[in-house]
Amino acid sequence: MERILFYLIAAVIIVFSVLTVTSRRILRAAVYLLFVLMATAGFYFMLNYNFLGAVQLTVYSGGIVVLIVFAVLLTAHMDHKLDPPDRLKALAVGLLSLFGMGITLYALRSFPWAVTALPEGAYDIEAIGMRLLSYGDKGYVLPFEVISVLLLAAMVAAIIIAKKSTSND
Amino acid sequence: MPTELFSTTVWIPIALLLAFAVVGLFGHKMKPVVAGGISTAAILLAMVISYSTAYFYFFSDGLVEGKYVMLVPFLHEWLRFTDTLSIDMGILLDPISVMMMVVVTTVSSMVHIYSFGYMKGEKGFQRYFAFLSLFSFAMMGLVLAVNLFQMYIFWELVGVSSFLLIGFYYQKPAAVAASKKAFIVTRFADLGFLLGILLLSYFTRTFDFPTLMDPGGTAISSMAGLSFMGVSTLTWALVLIFMGGAGKSAMFPLHIWLPDAMEGPTPVSALIHAATMVVAGVYLVARLFGLYAMGAPGALEVVAFIGAFTSLFAAVIAVTQTDIKRILAFSTMSQIGYMMLALGVSGYGGEEGLGFTASMFHLFTHAMFKALLFLGAGAIIHAVHSNNMGDMGGLRKYLPVTHIMFLIAALAISGIPPFAGFFSKDEILAAAWANNQLYFWTEWFVAGLTAFYMFRLYFSVFWGANRTYEHQPHEAPASMLFALVFLGLASAVVGFIPFSAFVTADGVPFQTHMHLNIAIPSVAIGIVGIAIAAWMYMRPGTVADRLATAMPGLYKLSLKKFYIDELYLWVTHTIIFKGISAPIAWFDRHVVDGSMNGIAWVTAQVAEKTKKMQSGQLQHYGYAMVLGAVAFVLLLLYWGAR
Amino acid sequence: MIEGIGVFDILVVSTAMFFIGIYGFLVRKNLITILMSVELVLNAVNINFVVFNKYLYPDLLQGYMFSLFAIGIAAAEAAVAIAIILNVYRQMKGIDVEHVDTMKY
Repeated sequence: MERILFYLIAAVIIVFSVLTVTSRRILRAAVYLLFVLMATAGFYFMLNYNFLGAVQLTVYSGGIVVLIVFAVLLTAHMDHKLDPPDRLKALAVGLLSLFGMGITLYALRSFPWAVTALPEGAYDIEAIGMRLLSYGDKGYVLPFEVISVLLLAAMVAAIIIAKKSTSND
Repeated sequence: MPTELFSTTVWIPIALLLAFAVVGLFGHKMKPVVAGGISTAAILLAMVISYSTAYFYFFSDGLVEGKYVMLVPFLHEWLRFTDTLSIDMGILLDPISVMMMVVVTTVSSMVHIYSFGYMKGEKGFQRYFAFLSLFSFAMMGLVLAVNLFQMYIFWELVGVSSFLLIGFYYQKPAAVAASKKAFIVTRFADLGFLLGILLLSYFTRTFDFPTLMDPGGTAISSMAGLSFMGVSTLTWALVLIFMGGAGKSAMFPLHIWLPDAMEGPTPVSALIHAATMVVAGVYLVARLFGLYAMGAPGALEVVAFIGAFTSLFAAVIAVTQTDIKRILAFSTMSQIGYMMLALGVSGYGGEEGLGFTASMFHLFTHAMFKALLFLGAGAIIHAVHSNNMGDMGGLRKYLPVTHIMFLIAALAISGIPPFAGFFSKDEILAAAWANNQLYFWTEWFVAGLTAFYMFRLYFSVFWGANRTYEHQPHEAPASMLFALVFLGLASAVVGFIPFSAFVTADGVPFQTHMHLNIAIPSVAIGIVGIAIAAWMYMRPGTVADRLATAMPGLYKLSLKKFYIDELYLWVTHTIIFKGISAPIAWFDRHVVDGSMNGIAWVTAQVAEKTKKMQSGQLQHYGYAMVLGAVAFVLLLLYWGAR
Repeated sequence: MIEGIGVFDILVVSTAMFFIGIYGFLVRKNLITILMSVELVLNAVNINFVVFNKYLYPDLLQGYMFSLFAIGIAAAEAAVAIAIILNVYRQMKGIDVEHVDTMKY
């Protein structure tokens, strides 16, 4: 049962990924991306990482895709179709991508994965919250603080960059 | 403690430096009289302190157990290099420095006072006085220096102020050229001085005069046995130091700057280029005389020869010059040659040290009468507005006081008793006689030449043809006359100072007496020189012209100063500039610069060709990046598989 | 652990997603679609982290934390990127990547 679900999710991810990068309607591409991200969240749920899956859903699917959709609406018409890519370019890039994927898979294939059956650590929300705010061994307060500063800076930067400059216009 | 008594001497340089700073910085906002007054007040203060110091040094506190000692009333550690080596700033009192203090402050004060009249209404009056204060400060620092390095610093400072004052009329191209020439020539000579200092201090490990001059010290023995090219290292060091002194004192062949330096204002010529700065070279040799006399008689022989040659050489040139200031400039060179010769033939102690005493004595008297001659010349120029002797004649009616004073000075320099020059010249000739009779006869002949050219000048200016002048020549103002009369009286009487009781090579006073067998011929040739000059120039006549046409070669040679300037020009232009510098410049421009430019050109061309690769297309870069990453992974796999 | 599914199976999916993202990044012309491709790439990497954590070091949670932070950073990156895109749109009246070349040499 789980195997079937996995293959289903994998198929969704790959198909909608391909559609995301080939669709000529940009809004549709954004929606396809949403499906990919949601399928990824499904992966996380299957792996029993429920909190991570929830974050993936809220931040990625909820936040970023909405942001992208807004950007699309601000910069393009709804029924605008993108120009098809240059054939030669598409061919070259496609070959490169396929080749890269091939050698990556070859490398992954030949690597001896040492799958362990160790008991799993606690990863419920309480344990993760404790870890995020504790220091010392297995504590993540430093990256947590760093990323909070980074988010603040990004927020300020985004406002400054995107706001209409009075001098130019 | 006697040193405490002399601690007031530290105020001399401080007062002069303050005067320079105040007048130099704020002078342009002051009235000229105020600026001049500040400078003059500072130098008069220095003069008073110098006189009292001289009195207490020579008559009460300097003489310890029958010997004049070196006192250091002030010492400030300035730069410390190692535990044993440091450069200090201090004040050293011994007979020669005290004497020089008196000379410098006296002449400088008189020049300050004189300048009020001479420079009146001149543009840059305040600047002039600021420079005078700077010069006085530097000269006092030089005179009172407690070690070689302090002396060197002030030596350069003196050179700078001399440069500034020669170029005072900086709109005149000749003045600018002369100031540059003076600076470059003396600077070149100072290179030798610096090398000498370094050489000396490298072996003796000290800069301090008291340590260097200590007769029982190790200064000489520390350099014993070292030699270079067959000459001892101490001799090399002292000859190099003498090179610096020769540059400052305009000794042959470094004399070429002095005649041109007469482009400066006349009082400056009197102060710097007659009485004080140009004798710094003599003072330098005298300052290190213990080393010269005891460690390096070879160096003293060089000093004596250069001195004797310069005195003869300059006197011959002076005979034919027509610019009155240049005559006086060559005369100065000639007289400094006397001083150098006297040092060169001197021994160290007792009667042997007569030459040293005579040299210092002549320095003292020469400062007085040569300053007087220059200031008198200034008064004449002030009256006639010309430097050229041909424009003058019959001035005795218009300038009675200047006439008398000039006559006193001319008699003094000609060695006619009882004026000052007679006594000092007599001692020099006696010292020369005792050492080498060739020197004696040379100097005897030069004495005659001196009398001749001085009275040639005197008769041409004050007697000779009565001329009509565009402006009625008028006697100089009171401030100028005061300085003239003061120096005139000094020139008349200072000869009676028993100098050997005060200034001797080793500090022990001795008695000198008149050398009749020398005095009589020297006075005789002086009178002969005067008589010939009177015969030739006293009334308008053609005797001189006929003589000049009779000996055209010699006359031309002398008039052109033996073509030394031309020789220098030829050496610098033809040999150094064209022969050496031009090929180097060509090499630099075409080979060195060319290769650099070539590299730059190739780089620019390569950049021009390759910048097309920078398309600005983000995706091209991305493609290249992914391609590179894949290639890298391939490589890793290949190596990992092996 | 998913029953019957090994590490490699999941890595195949993430690798495919990664190179599809690369393809989109290099081929698409519109800046927003390029941004989407970048999100795909980022997501593929996140999956890798999670899978390594789950299968190889289930007791440590480092990969888990790393993907958590990566999602946070992706949010910040997307915000700044869209701000830039909007600005480019205003300046150049278009968001075609081939026209954004004014800063070349």
